[in-house]
Amino acid sequence: MPARQGRLVRFWRRNGAGYMFLLPWLIGFFGLTLGPALASLYLSFTNYDLLRPPQWTGLDNIKYALFNDVKLRHSLSVTFQYVIFGVPMRLAVALGLAMILDRSVRGVGFYRAAFYLPSLLGASVAISVMWRQLFGAEGLINTLLFLATGWQGPSWISHPDYALWTLIALNVWQFGSPMIIFLAGLRQIPEDLYEAASMDGASGWRQFRKITLPLLAPVIFFNLVLQTIEAFKAFTQAYIISGGQGWPADSTLFYSLYLYIEAFANFRMGYASLLAWILLLIIGAFTALAFWTSKYWVYYEDESR
Amino acid sequence: MNRRARKIGNQIFRHVVLSTAAVVMLFPLLWLIMSAFKPDSMIFSHPLALPEKLDFSAFVNGWTELRVSFTTFYKNSFIIAGLAVVGNLMACSLTAFAFARLKFWGRSVWFALMLGTLMLPYHVTLVPQYIMFLKLGWVGSYLPLIVPKFLAVDAFFIFLMVQFFRGIPREIDEAATMDGCGPWRIYWKIMLPLSTPVLATAAIFSFIWTYDDFLGPLIYLNDPRKFTVPLALRAFVDGSGGESLYGELFAMSTLSLVPVFIVFLAFQRLIIRGVALGALKR
Repeated sequence: MPARQGRLVRFWRRNGAGYMFLLPWLIGFFGLTLGPALASLYLSFTNYDLLRPPQWTGLDNIKYALFNDVKLRHSLSVTFQYVIFGVPMRLAVALGLAMILDRSVRGVGFYRAAFYLPSLLGASVAISVMWRQLFGAEGLINTLLFLATGWQGPSWISHPDYALWTLIALNVWQFGSPMIIFLAGLRQIPEDLYEAASMDGASGWRQFRKITLPLLAPVIFFNLVLQTIEAFKAFTQAYIISGGQGWPADSTLFYSLYLYIEAFANFRMGYASLLAWILLLIIGAFTALAFWTSKYWVYYEDESR
Repeated sequence: MNRRARKIGNQIFRHVVLSTAAVVMLFPLLWLIMSAFKPDSMIFSHPLALPEKLDFSAFVNGWTELRVSFTTFYKNSFIIAGLAVVGNLMACSLTAFAFARLKFWGRSVWFALMLGTLMLPYHVTLVPQYIMFLKLGWVGSYLPLIVPKFLAVDAFFIFLMVQFFRGIPREIDEAATMDGCGPWRIYWKIMLPLSTPVLATAAIFSFIWTYDDFLGPLIYLNDPRKFTVPLALRAFVDGSGGESLYGELFAMSTLSLVPVFIVFLAFQRLIIRGVALGALKR
């Protein structure tokens, strides 16, 4: 017994301080992250409306999600379109402008601030409110179109074919933070590489393909993964612009919005939990795919093989 | 000669692209601000015209348009954001200090788990957290929005701080240990004072993110007297079916951007460095 106690005391002496500092995080990790995550895995197999206790329904939720849930399929398609079109466009604009900014022009500071500001403000409800009015029937976009072409455009936000594209445009408008990351990456490419290439008569496009792209690949990879995950999680813009319903005709029913409606409007807590896990699987699969293919196009400089 | 001409041509081309882009980026914001100062009849009929005079009536009327005034909404927003900043700074720096400086059993496992939570989408914990807070009787109060911050759930800040702490020379705290300083004193008297840049970055981002947060308040708050500014704006959108309230809506939207804008003006360098650092050091 004394020996055992001695060991405990010794363990505490060595590790006690560390665990004291870690305590808040440990409580949060078990109580707010791991515990709830496991609980939602369990709830995925139940029906739960908050009033009666959760009822185990086995694979019913999964079957419904796979075969019968038209709305789920629709929201997946909307979200994938948002990701597949929005993220590359956002990154392309970010990279293009970062490259122009990198060749130290006058007023870099102002331009960088002007391009970054929308991405800092973008998360707020006010910006979504503004976007909704910009693309309305009498909004600024239509006024400008009319002045330029004499053509009276539709209400973009209330047309099922265009509503999603206004959200994609809003996403591209916020290219500021990937641009800042690209800029930081570009700064690390040695200038003499470009000078040597110019001496050898390499064109700008060739320099971009043979120097900028390969050396920037790790940063592009990082931005691609991060921005894709962010795009999958988008909620506020879709909620405000679509009136909280995915209007018009579910054309902006983002995945997160559908999950929110299932959980907090329809009180299908079990099914909403399944939706959360499906999203986790999709994001996980995408990230794994990105890392797996990165072997073929991302080279890290410190890789000495 | 030819080369020089091309160089100048290039410069001009760059400036044209950049200034066009800047106009496209900032124009919507300018339009929003201009509209807030126009009478409603002008907003959509003359969207490009400058307001004839600075008419603040939309701000005055909008401020009290909802049943509860915006004074309350701003107070609520600042209370929540302020407490979130305090919570994040305390809890995340404690955690980061443990990971960066202390030796204890299982550290690398905990660290890996912490990094894992960075990738976890919030959706996975959303429903059970709600159920838990409901059972605790916390729904309708600010506790679900604040308490998690004191338990270091924002792993991103931990990660940022660990990176920074690791960059502080170990000799400093080794010398302090020799002088008989315990880990607590080292953390409080040495680490924190040396880490003001990263603490400021974390404070700025947790302020902005909490101030802008929409989903959290949307789920947990139901009494209009407890609403935050984003929730109040949503109530405005839902309530203004009639066209007469656009000026007020734009005025309140403009105002709600002001705090973030001020933070941006004051801390532009820190913010931009924070964005770049978070990425490159990974």
